[in-house]
Amino acid sequence: MSEKRRVSLAVNGTAYEETIETRLTLADFLRHQLGLTGTHLGCEHGVCGACTVLVDGYSVRSCLMLAVQAGGSDITTVEGIAPSKDELHPLQEAFRDNHGLQCGFCTPGMLTTLVEFLRDNPSPTERDVREAISGNLCRCTGYQGIVDAALDAAQRLKGQDRTAGPDGGESP
Amino acid sequence: MKPPPFSYHDPATITEAVELLATLDNAKLLAGGQSLMAMLNMRYAQPDHVIDLNRVEGLSYIRATGDGLEIGAMTRQRDVEFSNDVRRLCPLLNEAMPLVGHRQTRNRGTFGGSLAHFDSSAEIPTVCAGLDAVLRVAGPRGEREIAFKDFPAGYLSTSMELDEVLVSVRLPAWGAGHGFGFEEFARRHGDFAIVSAAALLEAGTDGRITRASLLWAGSVPHRCALPKPRQRSWANRVRWKPSPPRRRWPAESTPMKTSMRRRPTANTWRWCCPGGPLRRRGHGSRGIRGAR
Repeated sequence: MSEKRRVSLAVNGTAYEETIETRLTLADFLRHQLGLTGTHLGCEHGVCGACTVLVDGYSVRSCLMLAVQAGGSDITTVEGIAPSKDELHPLQEAFRDNHGLQCGFCTPGMLTTLVEFLRDNPSPTERDVREAISGNLCRCTGYQGIVDAALDAAQRLKGQDRTAGPDGGESP
Repeated sequence: MKPPPFSYHDPATITEAVELLATLDNAKLLAGGQSLMAMLNMRYAQPDHVIDLNRVEGLSYIRATGDGLEIGAMTRQRDVEFSNDVRRLCPLLNEAMPLVGHRQTRNRGTFGGSLAHFDSSAEIPTVCAGLDAVLRVAGPRGEREIAFKDFPAGYLSTSMELDEVLVSVRLPAWGAGHGFGFEEFARRHGDFAIVSAAALLEAGTDGRITRASLLWAGSVPHRCALPKPRQRSWANRVRWKPSPPRRRWPAESTPMKTSMRRRPTANTWRWCCPGGPLRRRGHGSRGIRGAR
């Protein structure tokens, strides 16, 4: 039996203190131990990008990180990007409106990657978006809908920032 | 597709890390994990002990020194990508960083991890070769420096001893206004480079090239130094706008079409000429473009 450790971390704003097998990846920890199955696992070796989550605000492939390494970190999964239970994040709305998803398998990784990307680069070009999602594979949409959704979301987020005033933007 | 069982260690100091590495059997160092974790998941690597360097203090920094840059081994690739010091002092590195994997892997992957893993298609070792980097490693016998020319030992192998840890990398800067270029051919942006080429050029006041460093990497891990006399005749012939070299490259053993290697190389060499009309920042050597 492999060794275990006690680890405390925050996931989507909730604090957890869990006993984790040290060889467990962050992706498996989120899915199996916390039941947050929104994070998808495609290739499990860092190619497909489906398992992308935000660790302290930065997009990271959760299959390439051990859960014990996340001790003390603040994790955001796809379940945590919407502002409330009844409301979608502007990026999620844009995905719905622009046919940015079909089977939905890649979507959690696309969303988490783009949340970070649009925070860093609020006025991206199409090329910037394509480069940002180059680490996420989608086998349904041909990417066009996803790129359209990301560009649309950038506009929506800017609109939101304007109405919310200078301090009302997305916090990292 | 799950890592095999192992004992996990997360030392807080480099001394502790070195001690663990020296005493534990079949131990592996874990830096950013963007290669090792995949190898663990696929069980290509089956260490009994994993020594995680992420909590080791003082290994993550970018420092401008008198003659260049010093980068801590555990500095995230993202921090190198967005560093103003890197942009100012080692523009070649700045140009290459967006080509290192993807946004998500650069957020986690480390500068030193890429060097220690030493994939022949990786961008960071290529840049370090061009800049004649000096690598500092710590081991049970103390610290020592390795010049980059002595660093490669083969595919995925370096001249670091098994009980040594990479601590930092010194990158001597080239003169202000030097030419640089990095070009890569990959099937998609962020994929492993099929071939990449880098160049650094410095010119004297008369416009003649006084110093040059030309590299290509990918399928042909190759370091090539021209003999001195040849270097001079080449420098005499080549002025502001050198034509792309017409010689066939050495190491033609791979079955890949020559043009696939030649194009990025020639383009890079042309773009980076000091004062040359084609040197532009962010020219878009971003994979997709190379695939024309």
